[in-house]
This record gives sequence, C-alpha cells and structure tokens, in this order.
Amino acid sequence: MTYSYFPGCTLRTKGKELDQWGRAAAEVLGFALEEPENWQCCGAVYPMAKDEIATRLSSVRVLADAKAQGRELVTLCSACHHVIKRVNGDMQRDADICDKVNRYLKLDTPYAGETNVLHYLEVLRDRIGFDALKEKVVHPLTGVKIGAYYGCLLLRPGKEMGFDNPENPRILEDFIRAIGAEPVIYARRNECCGGYCTLENKSYATKQVDKIMDNAKAQGAQMLITACPLCMYNLKENATNGLDVKYFTELLAQALGVKEEAK
Amino acid sequence: MQRIGVFVCWCGSNIAATVDVEKVSQVLAQEPGVVFSTNYQYMCSQAGQEMIQESIHKYQLTGVVICSCSPRMHEATFRKTCEKAGLNAHMVEIANIREQCSWIHKDMATGTEKAVILGRAAIAKVHLNAPLTAGQSPVKKRALVIGGGIAGIQTALDIADAGFDVDIVEKQPTIGGKMTQIDKTFPTLDCAACILTPKMVDAAQHEKIHIYSYAEVEKVKGFVGNFQVTIKKKARYVDETKCTGCGLCTEKCPQKKVPNAFNLGLDNRRAIYIPFAQAVPKIATIDADYCTMLKSGKCGVCSKVCTAGAIDYKQTDTYIEEEYGAIVVATGFNPIKLDKYDEFAYSQSPDVVTSLEFERLMNAAGPTGGTLLRPSDGAHPHTIVFVQCVGSRCDDEKGKPYCSKICCMYTAKHAMLCREKYPDTDVYVFYIDVRTPGKNFDEFYRRAVEEYGVHYIKGMVGKVVPQDGKLKVQASDLLGGSQLHIEADMVVLAAAIEPDETARPLATMLTASMDTNDFFTEAHPKLRPVESPTAGIFLSGACQGPKDIPETVAQASAAAAKVIGLLCKDSLTCNPCTAQPDELMCNGCSSCEKVCPYGAITYADKEFRGPNRTTLLRRVAQVNPAVCQGCGACTVACPSGAMDLKGFSNQQIMAEVDAICR
Repeated sequence: MTYSYFPGCTLRTKGKELDQWGRAAAEVLGFALEEPENWQCCGAVYPMAKDEIATRLSSVRVLADAKAQGRELVTLCSACHHVIKRVNGDMQRDADICDKVNRYLKLDTPYAGETNVLHYLEVLRDRIGFDALKEKVVHPLTGVKIGAYYGCLLLRPGKEMGFDNPENPRILEDFIRAIGAEPVIYARRNECCGGYCTLENKSYATKQVDKIMDNAKAQGAQMLITACPLCMYNLKENATNGLDVKYFTELLAQALGVKEEAK
Repeated sequence: MQRIGVFVCWCGSNIAATVDVEKVSQVLAQEPGVVFSTNYQYMCSQAGQEMIQESIHKYQLTGVVICSCSPRMHEATFRKTCEKAGLNAHMVEIANIREQCSWIHKDMATGTEKAVILGRAAIAKVHLNAPLTAGQSPVKKRALVIGGGIAGIQTALDIADAGFDVDIVEKQPTIGGKMTQIDKTFPTLDCAACILTPKMVDAAQHEKIHIYSYAEVEKVKGFVGNFQVTIKKKARYVDETKCTGCGLCTEKCPQKKVPNAFNLGLDNRRAIYIPFAQAVPKIATIDADYCTMLKSGKCGVCSKVCTAGAIDYKQTDTYIEEEYGAIVVATGFNPIKLDKYDEFAYSQSPDVVTSLEFERLMNAAGPTGGTLLRPSDGAHPHTIVFVQCVGSRCDDEKGKPYCSKICCMYTAKHAMLCREKYPDTDVYVFYIDVRTPGKNFDEFYRRAVEEYGVHYIKGMVGKVVPQDGKLKVQASDLLGGSQLHIEADMVVLAAAIEPDETARPLATMLTASMDTNDFFTEAHPKLRPVESPTAGIFLSGACQGPKDIPETVAQASAAAAKVIGLLCKDSLTCNPCTAQPDELMCNGCSSCEKVCPYGAITYADKEFRGPNRTTLLRRVAQVNPAVCQGCGACTVACPSGAMDLKGFSNQQIMAEVDAICR
C-alpha cells in the first residue's frame, strides 16, 4: 500500500526523529510513504476566520495532489494533521470556502475534499491493525510503563478530527500495548501542554507541563510518548523535573527492531 | 359478483383537509361491484356506524370498504359494526387514507389521487374476500413473571391475589432486584429494605406463587394462552429442600477473596454465600468460579459444617417445562459501564464511585456498616462532588440519548443524606437540568438546596484528576460563567441506566419487539403501555423504560390487571387468517415447517389419486389452525407456492397490486 505523505517543516528540523523512525517502521510494516513533489507549509495554524483563504491554500495543494495520485494522505506531525484535516473538512462542507479556494488555485480538476486524511496512528489502527502490529514486534518493550500524552491537536474538535474520543482517548494506549509495554492511564493526558505560550509566558507553560508530569508520575509512568513536536518541545524544555519523552515512532521502530535501543 | 359499499371518512379535517372526500366517493362509485358510495365527517362515530349498518341492509351489501385511518386504529371497530348488521367481519377492508395519505401529503390533488388508488386496491381485494370464521383456543391459567425485582414481585402478588398461579423466574440467588441494594427511597426517605423485604416474604409465602431463584428462561414456544416454557435452574450446589439458611457455611468457607457482587465489589465474600440477610429464598449458593472444591476437588469445608447435609457438589443444571397463559417481562435495568467516561477517573481512583456504589457505602448493611468512608483509605470525606447525566442525554455514540429519569432525584437524596448525617461535608451537584416531575419531587429537591445547603451548580465536570490523595475536579459554572477547581475527597457519578443484558435474547425468544436502546416496546405508547405488541406478553417496570419505584410498582400492577383479564377467559378467539396448504401443489420439502416460529406445521402422508387409477402416497404439509398465528412466513418460504394465508392470499394481494398499477 502506498500513501501520499506530508512530513511538514518541523519534521525536517526539530522533529527529525518523529519522521525518520516513522519511515523506517513503515518499511517493516509494509506500507510506502511517498512525498508529493514541491510540498509547502501546511498552513501552520488552522485559521479561525471563516473568510481567511490564503492560509488554507497550501493544505489544499497537497490534498489535491494526493487526489490526483489516487492515494490517501498520511501525516505524522499533529499540527499538520490538524490543519490539513480541518481544511479538508471545510472543502467538503463549506461551499463558500471551497468555491473561493478553487477559483484561486485554478486546479485542473476542482477539489472538494475527496482525499481521505489519515494520521500515521490511524494507519496503524485502521489499516494495519494493532493485532497485526503486535505480531511484527521483535523487541517488545515488556515491563515499561508508558504514559501516552495526546495534547489537543489530534483530538479536538472531536467531531471534525474524528480521531478518538477526545475526553477519554485510547489509541496511544492500544499502541503501547501492541508494542508490548504497559500503558499508564493518567487524567491529564489530554490537557494542554502550554502550546505557544512558551514564547510569551514561559512560567505558564512550565506550570502546565509540571501538572502533566506530576500526574503521570503519580500514576506510575516511567516515560511519556507523544506525536506532536510542539508538545515534545514543551514537555522536554519546560518541565522542572520531567520524565523522559519520546516520539511514538521511536518506540515503534525500536519494537520492530529497526532502531537500536538507546542506552 | 360482490355488492360493495364504499364509506369515505373525513376524520374531521384530518383527511378532508388534504383529500377531496366528495370526489373520492364519487370516483370509487364507478368501480365494478360498487353499489353504494358515500362520505361522512366521522365514520367511527355512532351516527357513522349506523349509516354503515343501514346501508348494508338497504343495498344488500356483501362487502364493505372503509376509507379512513390505519386499520390498527379502527379495523376492529368497523368489523364489529358490520358483524352486527349480519356481514362477516372479514368482508370488511380498510383503505388507510389518513396515516399513509392525507397526513403525509400537502397537496389536495395528489392526496385525492392517492386516496382513490388506495380505495380501488381495497375494492379489488374485497371482490376476492371470503367469509372466515375464527376457532377457539383454551387458556392455560398460569402466569410466568421473568425477573424478581420489585416490578416482578408486585405483578406476581397481584396476579396471585386474584387466584391464579404465578411462577417467578429470577436469575440471581434471591429475589428483590436492585431495590435490595438501595439505602433510602425518595421522596419520603423511608428505608428501601423496610418496604421491600415484607413484599419478598409475601411472595415467598403466597400459596399461588412459586419462585424459581437462580434460574433463567431457556426456551419459549407457543402463543397467547398456550406458552410452553423451558426454565433452566442453574446448579447452586446446595439442595434447596435441605438448606436452612443458617449461614454457617458462609462463615467457615476458607475462600475469602471473592468480590461481593451485592456490594458491587466494594468488599469480599466467601465462595459459598447468601447475598444478604433478608434474601428470599434464604438458601446458600456456591460460586463455581471461586469454589476450591469445585475447581480442584480439595476442600469440602462447607459440606463438613453443614448440619442439614444440604451441600451437593455433584448438582447439575436442571430443566423444568411448564405451560403458561401469559408471560410478564420484568427484567429491569443496570447502570452503564463507565469505561467510556474515564475523564471522571473511575478506573483511576477507588474514590470515584457510581451512585449505586454510593448507596452501598451509605447502607447500614453495606461494606462500611453505614458510615460514609472513602474506599481508598477509609477516611471520612469532607468534600463530595456529584456528577449527573454521566452517559445520559448524550448526543454521541458513547452514551445514551435518553434521560435516565431517576438520577436527579436519587442524587438530591444522596446529597441531602450526606449533609444530614455529616453536616461538616461540602456537597456539590453538577447538573445540566434538574428534572423533578413527580409527586412531591420538586419540593424534595428544593429542600436539598434550601434547607440542607447543597451546592447545585449548572454545568458539567470536565475532568477529575486523582492526585496526592485528593480528586481535583475541573468543572464549569454555566450561570456564573466561570471555571471551577474543586479539591474533592469523593466523586459520585450518576451513571445512565440501560436495560439488563438478558433482555435482548429474551425478546428474541418471545418475539417481542424492542426499541433501539433495547427497551421493550409497548403495544401503544399511550393507550396500551403495559402490553407488548406480541399477544400474551406483558411489560412490567424498567425493562420498558427508565422508571422510579412508584412508577414501577404502578406499571407492575397495571400489567397484572391485564394478565388477570386474560387468564379470566376460558378460551380465546383465534385469528382466522391462518395458513392453508394446497395439498396438490405441496411437494413435502419441509421449507415451511422450518420457518414456522410457532410450530404450527407438521407433515402427514396422504393418499392421492394418480394417473391410471393408481394411488400415490405423498408427504404433505398440515397446518394446525389453533397454533398458526398467520404471520405468513411459510407462504413466502414455500418454493412451489402451495401455501396461502387466508384473508391475504397471493391472489388477493396481486389483485390489490393490479388495482394500484391500473
């Protein structure tokens, strides 16, 4: 199976591990991730203004490209996934936005949200299946107690993202089980990491992250995993006495035997 | 040729506003065989009925077509009218020009056109109708009540008091149901056990009532008045005739680590147990999942201490066959599982409990002896947060779309009792709406707020974080427009209620219909609330929809009244529209026998004349008209078209279709 794959800017710079191990694991799991030519920014932040078109254009370019290839579009970065998925929803549901975008882009065939957008985790859950993943694991992470940290971008708004139950998600916990480790359920796993507050009000971001870390530690987590580069930044840089944090793809690659365990 | 009369009803403006009734009666008057056609404002009124009867005599009608509302509404009315005028009831056809025509069309022209077509179809059918006479079937004067909660007990007591035999089948080792687990009852705060246990004893001692405890309904055959039911008595490994209920075995059993289901797992019991002190019947039961003797053959302590010699490790499930005239479903409810609501940290902290668990924690016979203590450390809680509508009124798939009805009131009760017993506790209740439509209900709720100082906050709890021995509750105050952070000691979740999981397979056995939430459907939501659409099946209590105790008891007695009405009769008039095989066409394939849900079809070898004066012995289908319910499954299953339904023959249906397509 070949998917169109949109890595996004961060996965080329700060978040290389997320990308690198995601690709390595995909090879083992038997699916190909093919980048569209000349992809651009996802738009970075989903525009809240209904009449804001420019920010939506770059997402639509990559969506239309995937449609032309006849493929589903896979993302890995939470922020890119959030923007692309929601813009795709706008193209399906908002006739006004759809019309303006198509006039602006002058595509060969008009685009109206036909491409299916999947997060890498959704590929694991819905296309590969966690049971099948489990069978491919060669180095199960037996005994490791891992807390899943979701953040907000993948889950909310719940109806638009359609990713998991936003209040009580389980996809990362199921993933943790599939790679042989033990998931730790803790209440703050879907609370805000501080987001971009870290730029202007670092102490607030620290307060947020510390609450998350304290809660995860109290429930017995030994480490956290995430799918979001911004969460990763906040969890790593702003925590006063934090746990180790890794991208989920790193552990996936490790369990599948394509990454040596970092000692 | 039939002489047919057509009667078009206006139904006030219900039909006449969208259907030109005058035109319909005029057009239908031109149909072959129609000798009289008229319209009238209310055909079901006495004047309307008399008009029909007079016309039957005056025009010597042999068939009648009434263009009116659904046959579910008034077919029986008009059949009786015509019968009184000497016409066979099955010579009457209803053309539904209300529900299926005037109510759904907005345009007079299309409505009128459709009404004419529906009338034509009915006329075409009447031409082929033949008089049918109904047989009689006897009524077995014994009722079965499935479920021994307060609903089942009340129904059984009322039926038995009227002099009929009743059997209660209860899957638990004791009757009593959910009410046995409840501490106090709203709005009067009388103790649940004090009002329930006398009824349990009454049921046990009633000479007309037999209780099958620790038993389940295995199979149901037959029809109204004549149900054949197989009851499975599960092995309890204790001889019911010998056990005295002394309870010695339950104290000596060495297997002490069995989660106590009666206390919802808040404490442990032994592997041999009596659920609670007032259990009826008070007989011990061995939990086969935990009994060392049953699992490994090494123990036998209970057998040694039992002076009555009642322990029987070799007991097996037994099956009882019994016949009933009526069956009452009283399978009750359960709180939903909360695994989809872990934002409230139910799985993360023992101090987050459901309301039913909270009942046990407040109950004198509960795990804490009636003192409210936190399950985690046994400390007295000082701040308690109640969350209502957990899974109720939920607009997505994880919860239930309906209001569970009882939670507002029991939460007010819990909050009030907390403040009364422990005035030093702070009690918060988060609600979407407070719903108190019941006698003395709103007064009760207001007392909780005004006299007991319970903090009622409109808004929902978003998250509960268990940390440092506290539960950090994040919530919204919608009226204050603010976010609240409460450090609570306990959180109590008012979980939605859903039908018991045994209800769905039981409904299949009974061919009783259910709604999308697995509540049993009533025959009419307003006018026949305690009957299932399946004849002979009655509904009692929360199996039909969420109910509190007063409503449950009222419905239970209503169901009993309906059962008594049925059992009073010596025989029932059968449905004359039964299946009829054409023996010459039947090839004996057994297709019809296999699909018949009532076991009405058998096969017999019959002699037929063959060519050249030979005699052939052929296997052909036979229908027992007393058992056949006229469902028509066999007529569709028959590959050679040999099976027909009287009153709904293939020929009649095709004539209707032809008339519509004309």
